[in-house]
Amino acid sequence: MALLEIRKVTRRFGSYTAVDNVSISVETGEFFTLLGPSGCGKTTLLRMIAGFDMPDSGQILLDGEDMMGTPPEKRPVHTVFQTYALFPHMTVSDNISFPLKMAGNTPRDIQSRVMEALDNVRLSNFGNRFPHELSGGQKQRVAFARGLVNRPRLLLLDEPLGALDAKLREEMQIELINLQKNVGVTFVFVTHAQNEALALSHRIAVMNQGNVEQVDEPSKIYGFPRNRFVADFIGKISMINALVVETTPSHLKLDIAELGEVTTISKEGIKVGDKGVMAIRPEQVRISHPSDEVVLKNHFLGTVHDLLYVGDVTTYIVELANGAHIKALLPNSAPGRAKFFEVGDRVGVSWRQDAGIFLND
Amino acid sequence: MKRSNKWLWSAAAVVYAFLYIPLAIVVVYSFNDSRLNAEWAGFTLSWYKALFNNKEMLTAARNSLIIALSASLGATVLGTMAGLAIHRYKLKVLPVLVFTPVAMPEILLGVSLLLFFLQVLNLTLGMISIIIAHTTFCIGFVAIIVRARLQGMDESIFEAARDLGASRWQTFRLVTLPLILPAVIAGALMSFTLSIDDFVITFFTKGVGEPILPIQIYTMIKVAVTPEVNAISTLLMLLTLIMIIIASKLEGSAASDGISRKETG
Repeated sequence: MALLEIRKVTRRFGSYTAVDNVSISVETGEFFTLLGPSGCGKTTLLRMIAGFDMPDSGQILLDGEDMMGTPPEKRPVHTVFQTYALFPHMTVSDNISFPLKMAGNTPRDIQSRVMEALDNVRLSNFGNRFPHELSGGQKQRVAFARGLVNRPRLLLLDEPLGALDAKLREEMQIELINLQKNVGVTFVFVTHAQNEALALSHRIAVMNQGNVEQVDEPSKIYGFPRNRFVADFIGKISMINALVVETTPSHLKLDIAELGEVTTISKEGIKVGDKGVMAIRPEQVRISHPSDEVVLKNHFLGTVHDLLYVGDVTTYIVELANGAHIKALLPNSAPGRAKFFEVGDRVGVSWRQDAGIFLND
Repeated sequence: MKRSNKWLWSAAAVVYAFLYIPLAIVVVYSFNDSRLNAEWAGFTLSWYKALFNNKEMLTAARNSLIIALSASLGATVLGTMAGLAIHRYKLKVLPVLVFTPVAMPEILLGVSLLLFFLQVLNLTLGMISIIIAHTTFCIGFVAIIVRARLQGMDESIFEAARDLGASRWQTFRLVTLPLILPAVIAGALMSFTLSIDDFVITFFTKGVGEPILPIQIYTMIKVAVTPEVNAISTLLMLLTLIMIIIASKLEGSAASDGISRKETG
């Protein structure tokens, strides 16, 4: 049985449907992420799991028990808020012991568990500090410790890394993965940052306008996005209009107007005559000199239209014969060299037959 | 110093002189060894002595203290509840209802309370009616201060308390109240100072017999401005000043103790 089961949950605010008939199940021990742009309903869903908001219809089950009407304090669920929400008038130790006191633990038990929790987040010497005496990252760790100290069945995390700068965020991501592994508590993590979701999660639910577009492992979400929204939202991708002309058990043959035929891997439910796009990630596209011999079948000539140097890699935007643009990524393996091609250069682009995917309209 | 600055400073000096010289004169003459407020005849504490031998004045002071303490206590409890309610339930009509008495002319409040006590409640005017009246006009002040404090706070702090297992009451007792306490105390002190020197509303809602300090002072100066009046005024001024200083310190602390939204966010 799933630890958390969300069954056909809908939540409306006036005429606006924030969460629209969503069903998700989360397994024990999982690091599960709700990913989507702002306003997609992920935070509303999280608030309903925590008990701050109630669904208009549908059920939220925890360990098989319907949570409808159970107030937040009675749910074995804790939340780490985006603003950390530490109690400003209490020391770090008092903040962390708060849930233990509420649960009626003995003072001796509380003391040893607070020490352990402080140790877990490497803040052993900070017990007597007040929140305003801590840095952003330290506050964040106190919030984690407070949320985990009495071992909730579920820890909800509402964009907890959003307020940190980029470098600190990366450190905290690694810390978060280790923390979850060590304590074994199930995490439901909300974020709008797709790279964070990919880096942290066991599974991701991509949400858009109150709906769940796809639930999958990170590599599946990235590699096989179910539709154009997911493809576009996660990572970078080039999409070129295409028509299905042939289907085999292993491959699809697509016709791209004024360009030619492309082969991609097969996909269920696609038939000849379907219209859509051929989608391919920049790192899957090889870029070469037009005279180079290329063994790959999906091979076209084009002109470098634009390029973007970001240090480790350069992205080349290549205009194909039919005017479509395709992105190709090239690592800058030669030291001190920012680019291998210039804008206006004639180049060849190619990719494996199992690299591109077809997304129908 | 720039020319415009000079003008500003002089204008400010004139305004402050106008405000504080009369008060200073009252203080100075309360120590003047002369019955007349005309010239300085040497330092004395005899007017303060006379004051503490004046039975009626002492009764008036005692009554005023009882009223101010009761009214500020009542107004603090009710005003805090009102401030919390206004903050939590975003009803448009609630703030209007609570804050109107603050802006209402005192004379109007006095007359309407008088009619209400006599004709609706059939109450005999006295200490009780004054306490109720003072509580009424102080609630709004407390509510305004408490709400201002709440507005600067991160809402998720209160949700976090519930989330971590605290009931509504525990959340109030362990988190909300400690956080708004400076505002609550400031509101109480403000109510006290408003109540202890209130003349208009007290005048309308007092019965016969019980002497009340501001009315008593007024009665005394009808005869003559005696140094005794200067003495009691000085004491009253001192008390009010202390309360105001504490209240403004507490209100100001809200911005600097790290609980504002900007710092947590």
